Amino acid sequence: MSFKLTASAVAIVAAASAADARDQLQIKGSSTVLPYATIVAEAFGENFDFPTPVVEGGGSGAGRKAMCEGVGENTIDIANSSSRIKPSDIELCASNGVNEIMEVRFGYDGIVFASDINGPSFAFTPADWFNAIAKEIVVDGKLVANPNAKWSDVNADLAANDILAFIPGTKHGTREVFDKKVLEAGCKATGALDLLIDANGGDKKAGKKACHALRTDGLSVDIDGDYTETLARLDANPQAIGVFGLSFYQNNTDKLIVATMDNVTPSTETVASGEYPVSRPLFFYVKNAHLGVIPGLQEYIEFFVSDDMAGPDGPLAEYGLVSDPELAKTQDMVANGTPMGPMN
Amino acid sequence: MTDVTSGANMAPKPKTSLLVQDARTKRRNAAEARFRTYGVVAITIAMLALVGLLSSILYNGSSAFRQTFITLDVYLDPAKLDKDGSGDIAKIAKVTTFGYAPLIKKSFEAEFEKSGIGVDGMKSKDAAKMISKEGPAELRRFVLAHPHMIGETVTFEFLASGRIDGYYKGRVTMKSAEIDKNVSPQQLQLADQLKAAGLLETKWNWGFLTRADASENRPEAAGLGVAILGSFYMMIVVLCLALPIGVATSIYLEEFAPRNWITDVIEVNISNLAAVPSIVFGILGLAIFINFAGLPQSAPIVGGLVLTLMTLPTIIIATRASLKAVPPSIRDAALGVGASKMQAVFHHVLPLAAPGILTGTIIGLAQALGETAPLLLIGMVAFVREFPGAPPEGFFDPAAALPVQVYNWTQRADPAFVERASGAIIVLLVFLLCMNAIAILLRRRFERRW
Repeated sequence: MSFKLTASAVAIVAAASAADARDQLQIKGSSTVLPYATIVAEAFGENFDFPTPVVEGGGSGAGRKAMCEGVGENTIDIANSSSRIKPSDIELCASNGVNEIMEVRFGYDGIVFASDINGPSFAFTPADWFNAIAKEIVVDGKLVANPNAKWSDVNADLAANDILAFIPGTKHGTREVFDKKVLEAGCKATGALDLLIDANGGDKKAGKKACHALRTDGLSVDIDGDYTETLARLDANPQAIGVFGLSFYQNNTDKLIVATMDNVTPSTETVASGEYPVSRPLFFYVKNAHLGVIPGLQEYIEFFVSDDMAGPDGPLAEYGLVSDPELAKTQDMVANGTPMGPMN
Repeated sequence: MTDVTSGANMAPKPKTSLLVQDARTKRRNAAEARFRTYGVVAITIAMLALVGLLSSILYNGSSAFRQTFITLDVYLDPAKLDKDGSGDIAKIAKVTTFGYAPLIKKSFEAEFEKSGIGVDGMKSKDAAKMISKEGPAELRRFVLAHPHMIGETVTFEFLASGRIDGYYKGRVTMKSAEIDKNVSPQQLQLADQLKAAGLLETKWNWGFLTRADASENRPEAAGLGVAILGSFYMMIVVLCLALPIGVATSIYLEEFAPRNWITDVIEVNISNLAAVPSIVFGILGLAIFINFAGLPQSAPIVGGLVLTLMTLPTIIIATRASLKAVPPSIRDAALGVGASKMQAVFHHVLPLAAPGILTGTIIGLAQALGETAPLLLIGMVAFVREFPGAPPEGFFDPAAALPVQVYNWTQRADPAFVERASGAIIVLLVFLLCMNAIAILLRRRFERRW
């Protein structure tokens, strides 16, 4: 063992002395943002004299953590994130000397509910989803364990399909949005929220959290992989309903039929106008200390938010990004390198 | 019946042996027959699983090696590419790929006019969408390399978009095109017309082996070039480190080390190391090579070092076994004619053990080639489009690896990546088969020379 370690240590030292300055951007984070980042990285490499950035997935949390590891060539430059940075991340960053972070919101992503193309179409409300997959629902003014087995039990207007939902696992940023915009909204609409708050002794926060509890009898299934796995599950269970990103659905319109939410069909237009309720902003976070040090960083982020890329007619929108109406403001911010202020 | 019995009585010629098996022998024979059946059943199940796996991969993946191309004459319009006519390369480079896209649209319009093909009610903008988004990038690269060609008409062979390609591979049909946002039935009709005019062709695609990865907007342009090169670099690192270290360790342990509790502990640990899950080596690699030693992320050198740690036990165990297999008489004879211990080992024992050592090394390398888990942690699972440079600097440039590319492509949304992931598996399997074939050849050719 010791012999081997010495030998590899020698190899490392020899290797490290040969390594020269990094000339490629390193980006890591959300798998939802990953396709957008690769499209930008590819176009950036084609049109600029800088090499194509290296883009990694791994999840929003992992990306932010990697960014907060410190400053220097060995750390990443940009963290992609499908949810907003958390105060704990900022603390971690500060403790490692990463003080100035630029928050760039480059667009929105819709979350859609879709089922097999050969099945019936659905028109949901958040309340339907809450009544279908929550652990406890309101029946006759009382909280009872969820008795519903078919969508038609939930709402007589829906098809009589068995309830089977494939929803993103808890490590996904998508789940956070699902919890907040669908389950909490449904919880409130059905009156379960008030009962849950009472059950928790008047604690509002605990009551909201209790809304996120899902039934555990196998009718709601967490998918920890990505959307391709959800799609494969739908193939095997044509009765089921899956939760997807809008862009994933738009690339698979020949296999999936999308459900409306509150009678709004999800599309880039309805998400942009705010009519479609289940959407979220997409971000990337830039380590300002690397601006001017790593070649191409400033150019990359300016290119990312330019009208050519992130605008309503750009390739990102074509892939499924909902363009940010306030893109011009973001462009100014990026040009000036304004770091984000304290979080409120 | 009676006839037969009487006949048998007349000529007492038994059909089988006279020996009457007792009950115990019958039981033993039956047990053997049962065991053989189990064996045949087990092998059949294994073979069926293998055939099922291979046929599904071949069925899904073989189409990745063919790709649809569209041939077009493109007029390199000076009004678009070189506005002031100076021919200054810096100014021409300012025109981005977005500025090249209209040229393709124009060339479709020209083609419609010239050959009279075209679908009613279809705009040239929609026709241009049949060309891969890689098309404008190829045009731009060509113009920057040959700026004097501006103003000329040049014939290009563009990749067709993933959906058009899918139409000729059976993935897309007229029916699915109606509900597909990314392709329309008119585009497919036009594609058929182009094919009839000889402008559209599905043929062997070297690009799948030589191109870099591509984004989700252009699956048709994605290739394995960077991944193959990255895997190759990693294997060089593994070979250069694991072989000398592993062989030196085994020779020392087998021939020189005193037998005491320390060497016993080392031996046990080496065997244990061979059974450690590979992801553990990834964690080790992240902690030591990247965070402590400061090596770059996503680089083949780090992947190679991590895989070296993983391969070492395999090589040490194989080497020790083949050293042990050399008869002691060879050593004794060498020592007897006055060779030193070291001369005996290096002149006589090692050459005789070499085939076994090489076989073990190649099997270790093959194992390392297919390994994904440790690479997840050291940043090799990334979108890398730049080819790494020539060694030794290239070892430090970001690169992908073959198994990682398979993993990456299975996660993409566009269905065209499914065929490419299976295609990548085929390439990986071919490499593994070649390596194992070399190992078998070496063993056949050189083993047992005494």
